[in-house]
Amino acid sequence: MIPNEPKITPTLIAEHGLKPDEYDRFRALIGRDPSFTELGIVSAMWNEHCSYKSSKVHLRGLPTKAPWVIQGPGENAGVIDIGGGLACVFKMESHNQPSFIEPYQGAATGVGGILRDVFTMGARPVACLNALRFGDPKHPKTRALVSGVVAGIGGYGNSFGVPTVGGSVGFHPRYDGNILVNAMAVGIAEKDKIFYAKASGVGRPVVYLGSKTGRDGIHGATMASAEFGDDSEEKRPTVQVGDPFSEKLLLEACLEIMQKGCVIAIQDMGAAGLTCSAVEMGAKGDLGVTLDLDRVPTREAAMTAYEMMLSESQERMLMVLKPEKEKEAEAIFKKWGLDFAVVGKTTETSRFIVRFGGDVMADLPIKELGDEAPEYNRSFAEPKKLPVLDAKSIPSPVSIKRALEKLLASPDLCSKRWVWEQYDHLILNNTVQRPGGDAAVVRIDDGPKALAMTTDVTPRYCEADPFEGGKQAVAEAWRNLTAVGARPLAVTDNLNFGNPERPEIMGQFVYCVRGISAACKALDFPVVSGNVSLYNETNGRAILPTPTIGGVGILDDLASMATLAFKAEGEAIFLVGETKGWLGQSAFLATVLGREEGAPPPVDLAVEKRNGDFVRKLITEKRVTAVHDLSDGGLLVAIAEMAMASTIGAKLDSPPAGIPPHAFWFGEDQARYLLTAKAAEVPKIAAEAAGNDIPMRVLGTTGGRQLTLPGEDPILVSSLHALFEGWLPAYMAGGAVG
Amino acid sequence: MKSAVVVFPGINREHDMARALKFVSGKEPAMVWHADRELPKGTDLVVLPGGFSYGDYLRCGAIAARAPIMDAVRAHAAKGGLVLAVCNGFQIACEAGLLPGVLMRNARLKFICREVYLRIERSDTPFTRRYNAGDVIRVPVAHGEGNYIADEETIARLEDEGRVLFRYTTPDGKLDPAFNFNGATHAIAGILSEQRNVLGLMPHPENHVDPVVGPTDGRRLFESLISTLEAA
Repeated sequence: MIPNEPKITPTLIAEHGLKPDEYDRFRALIGRDPSFTELGIVSAMWNEHCSYKSSKVHLRGLPTKAPWVIQGPGENAGVIDIGGGLACVFKMESHNQPSFIEPYQGAATGVGGILRDVFTMGARPVACLNALRFGDPKHPKTRALVSGVVAGIGGYGNSFGVPTVGGSVGFHPRYDGNILVNAMAVGIAEKDKIFYAKASGVGRPVVYLGSKTGRDGIHGATMASAEFGDDSEEKRPTVQVGDPFSEKLLLEACLEIMQKGCVIAIQDMGAAGLTCSAVEMGAKGDLGVTLDLDRVPTREAAMTAYEMMLSESQERMLMVLKPEKEKEAEAIFKKWGLDFAVVGKTTETSRFIVRFGGDVMADLPIKELGDEAPEYNRSFAEPKKLPVLDAKSIPSPVSIKRALEKLLASPDLCSKRWVWEQYDHLILNNTVQRPGGDAAVVRIDDGPKALAMTTDVTPRYCEADPFEGGKQAVAEAWRNLTAVGARPLAVTDNLNFGNPERPEIMGQFVYCVRGISAACKALDFPVVSGNVSLYNETNGRAILPTPTIGGVGILDDLASMATLAFKAEGEAIFLVGETKGWLGQSAFLATVLGREEGAPPPVDLAVEKRNGDFVRKLITEKRVTAVHDLSDGGLLVAIAEMAMASTIGAKLDSPPAGIPPHAFWFGEDQARYLLTAKAAEVPKIAAEAAGNDIPMRVLGTTGGRQLTLPGEDPILVSSLHALFEGWLPAYMAGGAVG
Repeated sequence: MKSAVVVFPGINREHDMARALKFVSGKEPAMVWHADRELPKGTDLVVLPGGFSYGDYLRCGAIAARAPIMDAVRAHAAKGGLVLAVCNGFQIACEAGLLPGVLMRNARLKFICREVYLRIERSDTPFTRRYNAGDVIRVPVAHGEGNYIADEETIARLEDEGRVLFRYTTPDGKLDPAFNFNGATHAIAGILSEQRNVLGLMPHPENHVDPVVGPTDGRRLFESLISTLEAA
């Protein structure tokens, strides 16, 4: 029916990432052969990235509700009530494959996409975070990837004008062929002015806003739904190019027309651009949508309907406007120098119709495009349990001092200052806790309330035991928020895994999700938004399972916020939580002995909650002077971090009998916090801890300029600091990996 | 004090600046759109704030320097009116001919956001009268292109005329290449115009006024402006 269109052949279908049975399903749905444009549309809607076809069945098990949840998963971002008439809108999303192919633009557009998800809902972005995973530092590509990704994140966020306040960076050979770039954005909106994708009203104008459409990013979402081979770099043309300047204008223009009450529904054009946004707005509102592509602003000549429908050009929005407000909205967009075009209308037909040059290029049932997407309950293998290692059977080959030095100068635990100094983390003047603490803290307006936020996951643990690893990722996020004194409220999850068609990978996914679910339920910490990234695999080698958790909490009063730096000399240092000396999958075992072995530390969720609630109460009552969560590297690494943040040293007592000293100092038992308090306060705290059945142990006293451990040479805090700060800049300058 | 903050598309520290002006002076500044041609009547301080005007896609500040409002800003400066130009504003002021020189890519070619130490070179200016000459203050920078460069003659003139107002130094006020993080000529962080009524500086004093978010060393710059204008 349409001239000059390619013939639909099995090869063409396969090139669109559709399996033969998926194509048959689509053909049966529409009762005829599709046009080329229709094939493109369905490939965009039914790929893994957009349809969640392998993950959906398992994601349904996640807890998504709580009295403070305004909007759970399924919209552009999650929304929670933070009191005072305000809502916090947040989400995390991956841009892994594009960032490996073209690190600067891949990472930059990842930030741009997640910011759009947040301001699409009517929120002004107030902070960004990210979680990055790179390959072995020795791998020839790693340095360039780190450099490009960090520059891209900074390049976009700095120009857009949002502070990038936190995140995590890790390295492992399993990311050599597939790096991870997970970007999180957090915004604040008035609670009763949240905007959704759901269209309403027949015959309303569908309006295209923002930048013009080009040929960039065509098939980006399909690319992100397949494994890599050796030819991954040939996919560079599928990566979009970011324009933070246009995004900043788009933000201001969108918030202005929302404020003026012009908007009925809004959806950003992200993955699969015009296709996904139009279908979603119509399908959610039980309406049809007709698009007239002749009216779409384009920046390249002779674009086809197929290209326009699949372009992932950035900084674009689709809206349904109130007809009487159309002129007012147009004037606002013209003021900001942005394109504004009525490109279609809502209809009562439930059809998605695309017209171009006098032809109907697509005529599809709109609900079914989304609802009838294939859904798989893929077979999965139950992960094998690894043996629990006995700390006594793992001798330390080096002194405690030497092990500490090695850990602090290791790629995973060293200071990431080189990274976060390239991000403007101060703009908006609300960054109360800057990068480098347990959680970032961002003041809300003029205070006294503030949001705390963090991103966490320990992929080593998830690989060794997906269920415990999933639990641990949530528990650590909850703990990091608690350690600054915040009440943890909700999470966004970014689930990065390999090829789900392999049962062992699907097993990792299923058990990680179950672990996340168990922890979120136990900690009253619902999942309100998220993203799944599968097929992170090159030539059959998958990444470590990496379910990144982005946690958000609230501080009612900044005056009782905790930080990790030692505050004064002569204060007591004490530990809340039990230490057994768990070395399985610890940073000590990996870094000092080069072994990634054994079961990871188990997470007792009831103990997590009890210990965390106790610590938060001490912070709120202002009875403690410094607080730090214990994680990778264990107790002594945490003490060193508290010392380095302040330059004050510590004198530490002997470890308890029955635990090898290196297991005591470097074990990674969960649910633990380090605190300091005035000496006089400690007996009272100890009595309360005992009364609540909470293990607590005094470890020593702050003071001096060195760490003193029984039986070890004194360790100068300044020399630890030099090691801690030294590794990453030296590595990035081309130095040896060490 | 009646201040006006000029808003160009892509500027993003205009709210931080407005908030600092309000915090210190108690008065809201007027926000002036780049496409306007006149400043509000009675404006006695014009602020060119930080950000990425027009995405910094040409040369930093080059497009903004040609915006319609800039004729009014130049006229205000020519009459001796005060102009505070911060970060991208400094770049715009250089491009607009309000200040000499140019801001090049940082020495290590990276955007840097960190607290730096600045030595106040003199206190007999409208911008620094509440500091003492030789004071060292801590304020943040956040830029990729702040490496101040001018021809030798211009630098010599700036130095001879005492128009270098801030330099990057060590915490105790000594010049040290390790602390001149962006590689600026003579560690220059801020300069004055010939009439000493226009100040351009790369660091952000507006981000260090509120004790809740950090040190408050930038506060006295705003207090200096207030007392200058009250005395006038």
